[in-house]
Amino acid sequence: MSDELMLEVVTPGRIVFTGKVEEVTLPGTEGEFGVLRGHEPFLTSVDIGELYFLANGKKVHYAVNTGYAEVTGSKVTVLIETAERADAIDKDRAIKAKENATTRLAQLSKEDAEFEIMSLALARAINRISVAEKLSLN
Amino acid sequence: MPSLKDIKRKVTAVQKTKQITRAMNMVAAAKFKSAQVKMENFRPYAGKFMDVLNSLALRVESISHPLLAVRDPKRVRVICMTSDRGLCGAFNANLIKATENFIRGKVSEDKEIALINVGRKGRDYFRKKANILAQKVDALSKFDMTLAVSIADEVIAPFIKEEYDELYLIYNQFVNVSVQRPTVVRLFPLPSIGQEVDVEPDLRVDYSYEPSAEILLHKLLPMYVHVLVYRALLETSAGENGARMAAMDNATSNCEELIRSLTLKMNKARQAAITAELMDIVGGTEALAKG
Repeated sequence: MSDELMLEVVTPGRIVFTGKVEEVTLPGTEGEFGVLRGHEPFLTSVDIGELYFLANGKKVHYAVNTGYAEVTGSKVTVLIETAERADAIDKDRAIKAKENATTRLAQLSKEDAEFEIMSLALARAINRISVAEKLSLN
Repeated sequence: MPSLKDIKRKVTAVQKTKQITRAMNMVAAAKFKSAQVKMENFRPYAGKFMDVLNSLALRVESISHPLLAVRDPKRVRVICMTSDRGLCGAFNANLIKATENFIRGKVSEDKEIALINVGRKGRDYFRKKANILAQKVDALSKFDMTLAVSIADEVIAPFIKEEYDELYLIYNQFVNVSVQRPTVVRLFPLPSIGQEVDVEPDLRVDYSYEPSAEILLHKLLPMYVHVLVYRALLETSAGENGARMAAMDNATSNCEELIRSLTLKMNKARQAAITAELMDIVGGTEALAKG
């Protein structure tokens, strides 16, 4: 029996990735977790963060948005609203988005309806920047 | 009787119109195809999402969530989803009519109505007629899930804060290229989920949940709203382009019809002119021969 794991990453726009991987790490709501073959079946929600997996000895990073992950012994299905491969992230745009969100947040109070939306936008921008930086390190 | 020259000019004009409508038909066809691909791509996500949501709902004894809260519906909000551009037959007109009827019905029951417009056409129509709360214009030509998320987030927060009691979504359901059906869906309070499905007990995978199934369900419900809104956006975009295809196809064949009848008229006029000229010549030679 091989120790390979099927991974499927699905967003509303397309199937981002489907294939065999050795290991996958996901940004769960309760903290980051890794999955290997034979993991106990479970279902969890995924937050803004970084997803990465090891396929053929190569690490691939994705910046992901909220969703959930379904784990069975031999398969991981990740349903998320957005997923961007690290090398496809437009870092300049992400930095701009971060600046925009920061300045907007400074003008808002916590009671504003926009506050939550903007802080989410900020979190997404920061996440994208950090994932994009991971790529340049490798 | 218009002169030969006038008719000729008219034929050229109609021919040019025909070229334009045919080009628009082809553009709409291309856009329709890409909209269809988008729908196709969304299917795995939506399918899996509904599976998990339903199996979760089965597992949670009683669901209580602010998005499911039923209140006396005094303040009603309506999302009206039209296209941004016209020239697509009765696509927008039908939807606007349906929205108007719906609003009229609610107003006659003394409900307070506020509109959220997606798409320029609906916005333009209701601008002076209804209380428009928010609008998303010129967003439909190229959109993804983020648009659905931003629309949904703008309606979720005020509903939870009890700023209004009911939310309806009115959009054109995509049946096929030539049929789009205006449809009214109640978004909030969310209709109960997972009760109609009958999952075979042995087909259920026994998961452990992290955090609990209940908290997970709470996280998934807003995502469910995103899915519903995104699907409506997809159907609107596919429907719009399908309707435009049909409308432009009609226009092209109308142009052909017109060109045919104008050409006939033109030929008749030309023949009449020739006959008149011949008569003149014959009359002239006869007069000469007599003299």
